[in-house]
Amino acid sequence: MRQISYVQAINETLHQMIEKDMRVFLIGQGVTSPWYVGNTTVGLIDRFGPERVIDTPVSENGITGAAVGAALAGMRPVVAHPRMDFMYYAMDPIANHAANWHYMFGGAVSVPITIWGIINRGGEQAAQHSQALQAMFMHIPGLKVVMPSTPYDAKGLLVASIEDDNPVIYIDDRWLYDYVGDVPEEIYTVPIGKGIVRRKGSDVTVVATSYMVYEAMKAAENLEKERIDVEVVDLRSLKPLDEDLVFDSVKKTGRLVIADGGWKTCGVGAEISARVADNVFNYLKAPIIRVSLPDTPAPASSVLEKAYYPTSDDISSSVRDLIMVEH
Amino acid sequence: MNSIPTSTIRAMYVTMLRIRMLEEKVAELVAPPAEIICPCHLYTGQEAVATGVCSALKEDDYVFSTHRSHGHYIAKGGNLKALMAELYGKVTGCSKGRGGSMHLTSPDVGLPGSSAIVSGTISLAVGAALAFSIQKKNGVSVAFFGDGAADEGAFYESLNFASLKKLPVIFVCENNLYSTHMPISDCLANTCIYKIAEAFNMPSVRIDGNDAVEVFKAANDAIENARCGKGPALIECMTYRWLGHVGPNFDVDKGLRSKEELDYWMDRCPIKALESFLLKHDIVSESEKIQITRGIEEEINEAIVFAKESPYPDEDGLLDDVFKT
Repeated sequence: MRQISYVQAINETLHQMIEKDMRVFLIGQGVTSPWYVGNTTVGLIDRFGPERVIDTPVSENGITGAAVGAALAGMRPVVAHPRMDFMYYAMDPIANHAANWHYMFGGAVSVPITIWGIINRGGEQAAQHSQALQAMFMHIPGLKVVMPSTPYDAKGLLVASIEDDNPVIYIDDRWLYDYVGDVPEEIYTVPIGKGIVRRKGSDVTVVATSYMVYEAMKAAENLEKERIDVEVVDLRSLKPLDEDLVFDSVKKTGRLVIADGGWKTCGVGAEISARVADNVFNYLKAPIIRVSLPDTPAPASSVLEKAYYPTSDDISSSVRDLIMVEH
Repeated sequence: MNSIPTSTIRAMYVTMLRIRMLEEKVAELVAPPAEIICPCHLYTGQEAVATGVCSALKEDDYVFSTHRSHGHYIAKGGNLKALMAELYGKVTGCSKGRGGSMHLTSPDVGLPGSSAIVSGTISLAVGAALAFSIQKKNGVSVAFFGDGAADEGAFYESLNFASLKKLPVIFVCENNLYSTHMPISDCLANTCIYKIAEAFNMPSVRIDGNDAVEVFKAANDAIENARCGKGPALIECMTYRWLGHVGPNFDVDKGLRSKEELDYWMDRCPIKALESFLLKHDIVSESEKIQITRGIEEEINEAIVFAKESPYPDEDGLLDDVFKT
């Protein structure tokens, strides 16, 4: 199969979906800028013009609200937020309006919108240019949340998000952009709400999201040398959550590490831990470990950054700790 | 008034009376022992604004409403029974009992919803206008909001983007002089809200919001301009809510505003003014007036009976409709 990068997969999807569906348009800060994050929007403005590729003033609240309104009037907007940090300004149209609308009006009107937030961290960018807010959105009823890790899923989940009749928070991590993988040329979907087992194993389950899937795979390869057999589950969607896939894996291994690039408190790992404890507690042979960011803002200095972001080593040592637990 | 068909003026009178009589009835029903429990922000005194604006719109034009939503819903043509059932929390309500008074919807007549977040729907109205312009639909979108919304940043972002892109959206500020308990002079450094539009190169006007015909004319001009691509406008309608921010009571007893002020505005009742005009010019006779009133009374009573007899939502449906499936 053809291989392209994660960035190219997103770019191709935007080209194909804007061309295919007159209701689709892209709106957000810098989408026509040559400095836009990772070249995901290259060529769109030249091909589709300023009506369907709308670069905007720095007004996250107003622009995201406008996209919600356009969705209510028959469009399928993709709203780009080049850093998730800036989405706090847009929380009202997302959480109070888009998320509530369908339920609040008894199912009379839905909001088919894709809200695209980029985790744009590293490079000493510090606390307001580095955040990963997936757990915050996962908390809110009425929002779907997806985090593709591979180029294949980047395309398939973006198509699925645009075609979904509900608000979907589509989160990518800039650190994924250069990864290359199989991506079909035609339009296809990856179902929202379905995870995937990336590596089969029998000793420990590592449930990972987004970029942490690669760190988990690296850890699994290293641990293989120590004869520890790790199963890696890529969640792909955080909401709806494919909990059966997680439960089945935990039933098999009895040991669980959750690796997510957000904060620990009330994070993705906390939610999955609780669900595992609620549903398959009897299968657990050891406590659950969460690999996450510490509960601090992101620091600037490279030395501190290195200590801040979890890696495959953190996953490996967590897995070893679980193996040591006597059952 | 001569440039407006008398049939339109007459229809506006009926709509305003329908809103007034409904709100008076709702005020009774929310007063203890309350039959209607959800918080109701009544529109009494402001009827000319919703009516004047909506009378100048087409059915498939959009309006976005606020927590004070009954007037907009009725003026845009929403069904009275579905409204009353919603207030009673019944499954036959326009929002199936999930929204209550602050969240009315009637998508079939161009009301995609009303929001209780101050200024929250202003950007949504801008977005609907953006959609119309992309779709080459010739549609117009209206954002109704109170003077309190001018305190919010989203309002300014919306004015800027709408004017920048010349979108067919009309910003209708219902300046009733109070943001909940606070007089406007305690909220805004410049209380001339229409002047804010000037900063965004947007035409704007301040008008008597208790004069339905004046509201209609201003709205009609702005709507026609927007429809032919001349961009947005802001209309500041000076008006007054007779009752407190929420609920059935006058709040003069709470020391928030004076009896003299209330009397002044009640004297300037938008319905009374239009009614005198209609009677004077023989557009409506005394006997017709009685007939119209009776007809509306009957409609409202039927709506109440419908609401009371309707079932409550089934508890089993609590989790339904979080997502469209």
